[in-house]
Amino acid sequence: MLLAFDRNDYWSDLESSVSTLTPITVEARKWIVKMIHAARSGHPGGSLSTVEVLTALYYEVMRHDPGNPTWSDRDRFVLSKGHGAPALYTTLAMCGYFETEELMTLRQLGSRLQGHPSMNKTPGVDMSTGSLGQGLSIAIGMALGARLDRKDYRVYCMLGDGEIQEGQIWEAAMAAAHYKVDNLCAILDRNQLQIDGPTENIMSLSPIYSKFKAFGWHVIEVNGHDLKEILMAFKEASRIHGKPTIIIANTVKGKGISFMEGSLKFHGKAPSDEELEQALEELGGDVR
Amino acid sequence: MTWELKNMRPGYGEALKELGKRYSQVVALNADLSGSTQMAQFGNDFPERFFNVGIAEQNMMGISAGLATTGKIVFASTFAMFATGRAYDQIRQSIAYPKLNVKIVATHAGITVGGDGASHQMHEDLALMRVIPHMTVIAPADYYETKSVIMKIAETPGPFYVRLGRTDTPVIYDEDHEFKIGVADTLKDGDDVTIIAMGLMVSKALEAAKVLKREDISTRVINMSSIKPIDKNSIIKAARDTGAIVTAEEHNMIVGMGSAVAEVLADSSPVPQSRVGIPNVFGESGESEELMEAYGLKVDHLVEKAKYTVSMKR
Repeated sequence: MLLAFDRNDYWSDLESSVSTLTPITVEARKWIVKMIHAARSGHPGGSLSTVEVLTALYYEVMRHDPGNPTWSDRDRFVLSKGHGAPALYTTLAMCGYFETEELMTLRQLGSRLQGHPSMNKTPGVDMSTGSLGQGLSIAIGMALGARLDRKDYRVYCMLGDGEIQEGQIWEAAMAAAHYKVDNLCAILDRNQLQIDGPTENIMSLSPIYSKFKAFGWHVIEVNGHDLKEILMAFKEASRIHGKPTIIIANTVKGKGISFMEGSLKFHGKAPSDEELEQALEELGGDVR
Repeated sequence: MTWELKNMRPGYGEALKELGKRYSQVVALNADLSGSTQMAQFGNDFPERFFNVGIAEQNMMGISAGLATTGKIVFASTFAMFATGRAYDQIRQSIAYPKLNVKIVATHAGITVGGDGASHQMHEDLALMRVIPHMTVIAPADYYETKSVIMKIAETPGPFYVRLGRTDTPVIYDEDHEFKIGVADTLKDGDDVTIIAMGLMVSKALEAAKVLKREDISTRVINMSSIKPIDKNSIIKAARDTGAIVTAEEHNMIVGMGSAVAEVLADSSPVPQSRVGIPNVFGESGESEELMEAYGLKVDHLVEKAKYTVSMKR
């Protein structure tokens, strides 16, 4: 049976939402490491850092229907940091867009699950991404589309922190405030690392909060692994009028697996057989 | 020959305005060149559906793509240099790869931009757009064809690149002309050589045919406004009927329309071919006609190349 997800009124019972979502995040992490291990390539670090935000979005915050992926009234999600695809695919599969077994075909020839998201191949993927810095502009276009059609859908866009070194992000940041797209909510996966090292050493981003504030955004900062804080932030964003919101989610790259946490090595490297075994053990065993 | 001159860009502006009236899904985006690209007329009539994103071409392509995912027919315009050069990756990743319904209509293409010089003279745009999968590429010949092209592409889903120039261009067609995607238009029949031209070179090709006639060379003239998909049948037929091909384009000779024709000939029907176009160099400031002369794009050049190509026939 396919289930349509409505925007839940989790506000009234946050604790219960958090206890429902927590085991889902554990299962998601298992699938992410399994599928990247099977693919023998991919980006575990920046996938694992996004799990709580994606789970909150797809299980509680967004209005969507896995049985009707192109439903015109659905809330949209753009994974601007396209290399986080394993986390998105896992969330979509667990929600019912396709079978979780298909996750094991990641990056294989002929698979619907490309290394980076492709909207014409994978049900539930709202935009093709991969070349960094482009998703926020897309999300603005979607948000303006809603306004023109007098529809009430909302648009979510996840950015990587290294990604905001791209100039187009700031063109889009300016435009989103100019057009007052308050149906747009960006999430910054602030995991502090990019391929070549810590973001602050490569090309410093701080202070991110005041940069977006100065561009005219509503800015919220949360612990990106704390479901309660994440849910509260999305609720706050939905109540903001006249400006876009960005949630700076402070996260840990490789979150949930001890030897991947904060590790540069696992930005873009698959776990070995032994590493997979250890990861699954830390997560409480294989997928259910 | 004296030609009636009419700028192509108002053809775009007028067609876009008409489309705005006809279809509520038509939206238009610009990057601070709405006057020069003639999008301002649409902006005045449909302010709610017009977005001037400022001098930010990459963002314009991205927003265009996002709007297209919501069912809009999106027109995005700026100069050819900035559309295809500045925003190449955005066009490739966010428009062409997902096959979104965005029509990039770029103006001020080619060397006839004139005084602005090399920074604004875009000779590489067809090359850049032609190699992207899913992209359809069109270069209208005159004002009337521009109008017909714009109406046609609005009704055809998928990504398009349309190339317009800056200068006034000889009128080839009239109101009744109907452009068809992938179909070349044979403007004049002939037996000895075929000149396949595009854009403002079409009128020059017709003039060259008259000069060649005086020397007993019968010239076929084809307007190849649909660069991709290209009309293979017309090219093969011209090769078989006339045995010699000359291509004429206001574009870099590498990977432009002449190359597209050469690909068809090489695959199917090799005959002698000569290309008239801009060599692989940057342009410079000057008057349009002076530049056409300096870079080998005049009628004389076409005549000379046609005679040479005929001489190469076995």
